[in-house]
This record gives sequence, C-alpha cells and structure tokens, in this order.
Amino acid sequence: MVLDVKWAVRWLTLCAQAMAENRVWLIELDRAIGDSDHGENMDRGFQAVLEKLAEAQPETPGAALKLTAMTLMSKVGGAAGPLYGTAFLRASTALGDAAEIDPERLAEALGAARDGIVARGKAEPGDKTMVDAWTPAVEAAQAAAKDGAGTVLGVLVAAAEAAEAGAVATDPLVARKGRASYLGERSAGHRDPGAASSALILRAAVGAAA
Amino acid sequence: MKKLINDPRSVVDESVEGFGLAHAGLVTVTADPKYVTRKDAPVAGKVGLVSGGGSGHEPLHAGFVGLGMLDAAVPGAVFTSPTPDQILPATLAVSSGAGVVHIVKNYTGDVLNFETAAELAQAEGVDIRTVLVNDDVAVEDSLYTAGRRGVGGTVLVEKIAGAAAERGDSLDAVAAIGDRVNSNVRTMGVALSACTVPHAGTPSFDLADDEIEIGIGIHGEPGRHKIPMENADGITDRLLDPVLSDLGITGGEKVLLFVNGMGGTPLSELYIVYRRAAQVIAERGAAVERSLVGNYITSLEMQGCSISVLRLDDELTQLWDAPVHTAALRWGV
Repeated sequence: MVLDVKWAVRWLTLCAQAMAENRVWLIELDRAIGDSDHGENMDRGFQAVLEKLAEAQPETPGAALKLTAMTLMSKVGGAAGPLYGTAFLRASTALGDAAEIDPERLAEALGAARDGIVARGKAEPGDKTMVDAWTPAVEAAQAAAKDGAGTVLGVLVAAAEAAEAGAVATDPLVARKGRASYLGERSAGHRDPGAASSALILRAAVGAAA
Repeated sequence: MKKLINDPRSVVDESVEGFGLAHAGLVTVTADPKYVTRKDAPVAGKVGLVSGGGSGHEPLHAGFVGLGMLDAAVPGAVFTSPTPDQILPATLAVSSGAGVVHIVKNYTGDVLNFETAAELAQAEGVDIRTVLVNDDVAVEDSLYTAGRRGVGGTVLVEKIAGAAAERGDSLDAVAAIGDRVNSNVRTMGVALSACTVPHAGTPSFDLADDEIEIGIGIHGEPGRHKIPMENADGITDRLLDPVLSDLGITGGEKVLLFVNGMGGTPLSELYIVYRRAAQVIAERGAAVERSLVGNYITSLEMQGCSISVLRLDDELTQLWDAPVHTAALRWGV
C-alpha cells in the first residue's frame, strides 16, 4: 500500500462519509454533555472539504491536508473547526511536499496533528477531549513505526484502534475542558463527541489504505 | 417540536436576511461570508467594536449593531461560534484606522475563532484588542473547567464599551472600559425548560415537568444541577445570592440590575423576578440605579431567565445613559 495523494483524497472522502453517517450519533453525544452541534458541524465541514478537493485537485498528500485544514477552519466553527483545522495544518506541514508517506513520516505527522490540538485547545490527557483519542493513537503509531517491520497500514491500524479505545475510555471521565466541563461530575458516563469524531477520522484513514 | 422555519439548514441565513430587511436603515447585511455592519461603518476616527457568536441568542449580537454600540456582529450557526473567514472581513469593514475591539464570550469555540481572526487582522495592519466576557458565577471551579462563561453581562459590556468608542475613546481606553464592566458584572441563569436546536430536532437536555436547571449557560447546555421547581421568589434568591456574594456588593453601592429572559418566558414573569431581586438588593443597602428587563440574550425558545448585577460608578452610569440606536436597544436619540 502506498500513501500518496490518491490515498489522502480517499481518506478525506471516507471522513466525509463517516461524518454524514454518524451525524445524528455525534449530535446525540453532544446533546448529552454539550450543545448538540458537533455532528452538524463536522458533516458540514467535511462536505465542504469534498467540494474544495474536487475544485483544487491537490498534487501531494500534504497539499490535500492543507486544503482540508483551511476548509475546516473556515466552515466548521465552534471549537472543533480551529482544533481540527490546526491538526490537519500541522500534519500537512510535517508531510511537506513528499509524494509518498513512509511509516516514520506518517507517525511524525500524526504526532504533529496531536501537538497542534494540544497547543490550540490547551487540554491534557484525561480532560475528556479529543486529546484522549489522539494521545494513545500517536503513541501506538510511533510504536508501530519503530517496529522496523512497520508498514504504513500497520501504523494506521494501530492509530485507529488506539483512538477508538481512547474515545471509549472517555466515558467515565469528568470533563475539565470544553463545554462539557460546565457539567462537572454530570459529564461522567458519556463519551466525548470530539474523541468520537477523532476516532472516526483515524478509522477512515485505515479504510482508505485497505 | 413545531418551529416557524422553512428548512433547518437555512434558519440563520433567512433570519439574518429578514433582520437586514427589517432594519435596513440601521444595518447592512453581508451574506457570504455572513456579517452585519452598522450602516455608516467605518465611522471615521472611531474605534470599531465587533462581537459575534453562535446564533440563537437574538437579539444578541446583530440587534446591538448601531450608533453607540457595536459596529459589526458576526453570527455563527445556531449555538456555534462564527469562523475566522467571517470575523476577519467584518473587522476590516469597520476598521477606520483607530483599531478594533473584539468582544468575545468565554466559550472555547468563540475564543479560538476570534483569536485566529485577530491574528489575521493584525497581519493586515489592524490593531486589535480583545475583551473577554466571563460573568457566569454558575461555573464554580474555573480551574477544572474552560472557565466562567460569557452570558448576560455581554449585553452590558457591548453597550458601555460602545458608548466609550462613540465618545471618541482610544483603542486601549475602550478595551479598558470593556474589561472594567466585565470585572464588575456577575450573572446566573435558570432554565424551566430546555430549547430545541433546529437541526437537532430534540430538546438540548431533559428536564421533568417539576424540575428546573440552575446555572445554565446560553447554548442550551445543561447547568450545574437540577432541583425541584420553586416559586419565583425562591428561584430569584437562588440566582441572586451567588451573584451578589461573588461581586461582594455592600451597603451604599450603586448597581444596574438586568433581568434577562431566555426567549420563552413572558415579560410579566421577568418583572416578578425583577421585583424580588430589587427587594433583596435594597435589603442589602445597595441602590438599583439603572435597570434593564427583557429578552436580550436568549437561548432560542428556552423558558427561564438570568439575573445580572453590574456595580456602577459615575462613568459607567454616564456611558450606560449615552445615546444608543440599535434594533434592540434605543434611547437618547
């Protein structure tokens, strides 16, 4: 499997599909501990990404991610827009103008995305935010890439599985950042919508490479 | 849930378009990207004031665009902050060279999007100051949350900072007045019912018939705790006590008392709340010098209210009294 611009476009297309399919679920998660807009915003944002990709025809994975970053920042709003926008922008910078991504570069780009989210949102692991999906995902990706025998698919699978486990692990947490934090103890017992959408995004990356 | 809409996805577009038509003498509406500017913007030599946030809080913010208040308002999707590609052109449209103040309610999304827009505006040579409004005393432990939210006090910040800009204050002076209002105002709200976001279709939280939610924000997010329904005086005391103690109001002080409706509570009930709040403040030996009662920062059709108390000094009172001409507030002109 080669991670080139075709993969990137497939990934973003699958992201858009996942957001459309899970729109209501994400709205429901957000309704429980936030303000019911996450699914709507992510769906609108990734539909706009698809339109931009069709228009601009990027030539490298990095260019596709940069276009995604700009579109999410300008279309999503809320906290998710700037956070995902920053994540895709940092990942794009880490990829540079490489035509193909190797396992190490992939792990590095995922780490850069996570660092961008942390820098913008100032959340730490355990705060019940998307950081709780991204941190284990990056650790798993780095471990898989270091394995020598690491393949890009192996790195993506490791990241997606860890992100999914990380999202599930937000269920019992009490939120300390974002809108759910206003609920205090009552935020426990619900999945963080941002961690849930992060897991969907990383799972879509596997789908695009399979 | 019945709503007077055509399509959930076009609620904000159509509402803002209607607002522009209804108040064509006061404002100009730009459709894409969406923002509302004062008809005569940019006003030469004047510091520009831009605010914005999710829609669903009407008349906030577009209803406060006009003489003596905001130069521009930037509406996001319902309960979702606007994006930098709206905030930046709105900022540039009202920039006369004297700088622009962003008035931002302290919600993660609003802060991040305005921060980005401010960086971009600075890069275009516009000097930006940001006044962050965080008056909500319901958020008890700001160390473990995203911090106090910006709620009712936002209206007072916009009015008073707007008056300061109108009288010709410098960029730093307008921002300082905004900060001063923010540090002297506290608010707490209650919901008797939840609201329904158009695209979600179901109420934003569940509340039984005999329950109320204390300490709500303005985005239909649940509050700190549910308690059994009480009468108006009881609820008023629950809201006002933390507001007055946090503000440290003592005898002899002058205040502005603002009872705000969340959108679904009749004015008659807001006055019942006002009555009790005024009694309590008088009992503490403070004087209500100015008042505001009505639906100014709402949460769609939510039933409930918030009580804000602003500690007044002579200058703040004078700026409050200064002429204002907007769709939602008008006096002195």
